[in-house]
Amino acid sequence: MNPTPSLPETNFVPGSPERADLRPESIDDAVIRLAGNSQDGIQSAGAFLARLAGRSDQDVMTYMTIPATISGGPSIFQVRIGSGEVLSAGDEADFLVAFYQHSYQDHIGFLREGGVLLYDSDNVDPNLDDKRFVYVGVPITGLTVEALGGTAKDKGKNIFVLGLISKIFHLDVEKMKKLITEKFAGKDESIVNTALMAFQAGYAYPVGNVLSKQYQFEHVVKKPGAPDQITMDGNQALAYGLIAAGVRYGAGYPITPWSSVMETLRRELPKYGGLFVQAEDELAAVSITLGFSYSGHLAVTGSAGPGISLKTEAIGWASMAEIPMLIINVQRGGPSTGLPTNVEQSDLFQAIYGGHGDSPRVVLAAKTVEDCFYIAVEAARIARQYSTPVFILSDTSLATRIEAFDEPKLADLMLDPKPDLSTIDTHKPYALDKITHHAPPGTRIRDGKYPLISGLEHDEFGHPTGSPKMHMAMTAKRRNKLRQLAEELPVPEIYGAEEGDTLLIGWGSTYGPIHDAVKRAREYNEKIGAIHLRHLHPLPNGLEDIFARFQRVVVVEMNDEGVYGFGQLATILRARYCEPKIESLTKTDGLTFRVREILEGIFHRKFPRLVAANGARPNGNGASSKTTDVPSTATATARAEAKVSPARDHAGDSTPTRPETYEAAIPSKSQDSTA
Amino acid sequence: MSTDTLTATAATEPPREKLTKKAITADHPTWCPGCGDFAVLACYYKVLEKRQIEHEKIVTLAGIGCSSRFPYFVNGHGAHFIHGRAVPLASGISLARPDLHVFLFGGDGDGFSIGGNHLDHGARKNINMTYVIMDNFVYGLTKKQTSPTSPIGFKSKTDPQGAIDQPVNAMKKLVASGATFVARTHASQVNHMIQMIERAMDHPGFSVIECLSECVEFFPGAFDSANPRKGGAFSVIEEKKYDNTPEDEFRHDVTDELAAYKLAQIPFPGVFGVFYQNDRPTKNALEKKWVDSTREKLGNPSDISVLQKTFDRMK
Repeated sequence: MNPTPSLPETNFVPGSPERADLRPESIDDAVIRLAGNSQDGIQSAGAFLARLAGRSDQDVMTYMTIPATISGGPSIFQVRIGSGEVLSAGDEADFLVAFYQHSYQDHIGFLREGGVLLYDSDNVDPNLDDKRFVYVGVPITGLTVEALGGTAKDKGKNIFVLGLISKIFHLDVEKMKKLITEKFAGKDESIVNTALMAFQAGYAYPVGNVLSKQYQFEHVVKKPGAPDQITMDGNQALAYGLIAAGVRYGAGYPITPWSSVMETLRRELPKYGGLFVQAEDELAAVSITLGFSYSGHLAVTGSAGPGISLKTEAIGWASMAEIPMLIINVQRGGPSTGLPTNVEQSDLFQAIYGGHGDSPRVVLAAKTVEDCFYIAVEAARIARQYSTPVFILSDTSLATRIEAFDEPKLADLMLDPKPDLSTIDTHKPYALDKITHHAPPGTRIRDGKYPLISGLEHDEFGHPTGSPKMHMAMTAKRRNKLRQLAEELPVPEIYGAEEGDTLLIGWGSTYGPIHDAVKRAREYNEKIGAIHLRHLHPLPNGLEDIFARFQRVVVVEMNDEGVYGFGQLATILRARYCEPKIESLTKTDGLTFRVREILEGIFHRKFPRLVAANGARPNGNGASSKTTDVPSTATATARAEAKVSPARDHAGDSTPTRPETYEAAIPSKSQDSTA
Repeated sequence: MSTDTLTATAATEPPREKLTKKAITADHPTWCPGCGDFAVLACYYKVLEKRQIEHEKIVTLAGIGCSSRFPYFVNGHGAHFIHGRAVPLASGISLARPDLHVFLFGGDGDGFSIGGNHLDHGARKNINMTYVIMDNFVYGLTKKQTSPTSPIGFKSKTDPQGAIDQPVNAMKKLVASGATFVARTHASQVNHMIQMIERAMDHPGFSVIECLSECVEFFPGAFDSANPRKGGAFSVIEEKKYDNTPEDEFRHDVTDELAAYKLAQIPFPGVFGVFYQNDRPTKNALEKKWVDSTREKLGNPSDISVLQKTFDRMK
């Protein structure tokens, strides 16, 4: 537990600042969950918190659920703010804001023991007999209406709550007001004033009378020359990464959770002289994109799983015709319409193998919001260099969460997107002895032989051929460029132990929880490390050397274990490396992995959070880990070797073994110092 | 979007030779002897030659089908795409590269059946391109199945008792979906076809020509009733000349949508010529206007300064 010499503070709580228990407690990490309905604007309140944290050079990560209903419905926004490194959005909340009775009922189980429930006493009637939590009732609805007058009704209670939180966490009020003002700038002045009034009302509420503790994040001192932090969600990061990479054209069709990428590009690209087209359907979207790319402007399309299925034929054409193109798949739960607003990583096979025929393409996956930006830049480079379709896999969790990260150095990154139309002497679009680079239309060719870009198997000039020899040669040509790419891909760095008992392998948005899991298991002296694959097809060379250094290799992913007991990446790795020690940990509950689920899935025992390693927790009582959470839904398959016979082992298919009671696993305070 | 960013290499160009039929001829067509599509190809060569379009600016595109093999027979930039999606492919090229001449060739299955949705939306959005649909009323590449334009009663491998589904009325469909140049011609009438292709080319917007093009293998004689050499009558639409003569009143006003429907209502083989033409702004022009005004409002900034400003707002 962090020593908490409270900062000398003057006149920060109206009433009795001298009281020692009212001095802010210094903290370095807090998980705040706002639970309400989606129309209440809890997302924007949460986003303000995230942006403020970013501006204060704190690490921040958010997590949200969106109802699949058209308007309204229960929704949450969770913000984790840390003065150190924040990898995941948090397994449990320190602070729960409940706007409604259902918000309270659905999420109280997520509040850690000793955590604070801040509830709208106009709408919520909590069970005050449950002594595990600290209760703070504030008539949020009534006070918001009172502060804003009758016409606003209770609209603005999100901002009122923001004021309350700002008070409780001792946030920088001036910075927050500035954020609010910026957010509503350009709109009616009365909107800014209303928002500021609501904020002020929340901030002025004497919350000190009902909550005896207040907190202050440890101040992060920005190092001289360190970059500023920018705060955005994963879909924005993808869009701006594409722009930095010189992608100026694209086409798409609306689908959750991809739509905001296309909305951003539609709005932003004209500023750069480019264009994003909303197409009549997914097939048109990918075809328009190929038209842009063929014309010399590397272009992007994207969708979620159902839309990618529709685009698949044209993606095969891009493989065959060797046209560079970027395809973003913001994955959601499948198959079919599936779980439109939940997270899943079940489109990996589709990305790598989707479609008929041998149609090589590159598949990359972003691991964090920041990585969404850089992976877009990398994808564009690969697409141009190898004249190939490149998939970028993201998912619902990356799409909707907000993170703060170092501002990218644009001067080093920005690319000039103009197509090269210089006259050339002669041109063979599909020369067998080199990687295809097309001459876009408008390119004058002196020998007068113009290229035909073809989806039929073709000769080196693009003219159709039925020659078996040519088909073999061209198939190899299309595949070999991926092998060439694999040569230049970096071997992933190992996080945690460089060698030892357990290696975790992840891809995509599980980066945070997997790394948090490694961190926590190492506090328990586990010899554990992790690698995270950003390049999924082709895989980088050299992974087998890393596998060799560990006893177990466990692939952690959010998809089904399939008929043979292995998730999608695990299946690919087993096929690729013939390595029987590769195991699979999967889950399909539509929610991001919790650190606990990963650890329990691998070790079949408990690893409660050790406070000493995590710094102080709000409210001081750090050792009490909340233990009545929903059961882990991860399915572990641990097999010594692949069993495909009918009598295969089903033991691993059941829910992982658990200790009899969670209580048994809670470390006593004395354990803190030993870990 | 803007042409000025694209072509920077004009200074040191060698002198241009005249564009000849020979220069734009590629593979020998794989069509059956007697196929109507030969005439369409010949007319295309003629128009390109006549107009002396810069060779590298010609883009010939197609989807899938007998007629969609077209780009292989043209020596020029071009692409052979997937079934039914040539209109969106052409849309991307047209929107990004206003310096190019985008030509699209295909059949009735490609255009009216599997690609029907794209035809509607390309037309609605009025994306600048010239699209010739070689309509033979039958699926030829797959060997005689019913097509969306096969007449009721047509016996095919998929309708051995004769087709029962109402065929698409191409002219009505195109006018209704918002195409701004809609014409009909016949593969046996090359002068008329050349005239139609030239007018389609000159029209800014989504220009479509339905060309009746006989499949001698699977639907021989389908269009004889419109071929004077086979005893039929090729009735050409007389367009208004605005010459204040009494007969002009009875001529066709190409801007009159209802009149176009009335012409399209005439039973097969119907009439030939321009059914409808309208100068609605193209998507190309409207998007460009938006791009230009956006950039102008920002003071035509550099790319990096735009993105930097966006990042500054996210701090």
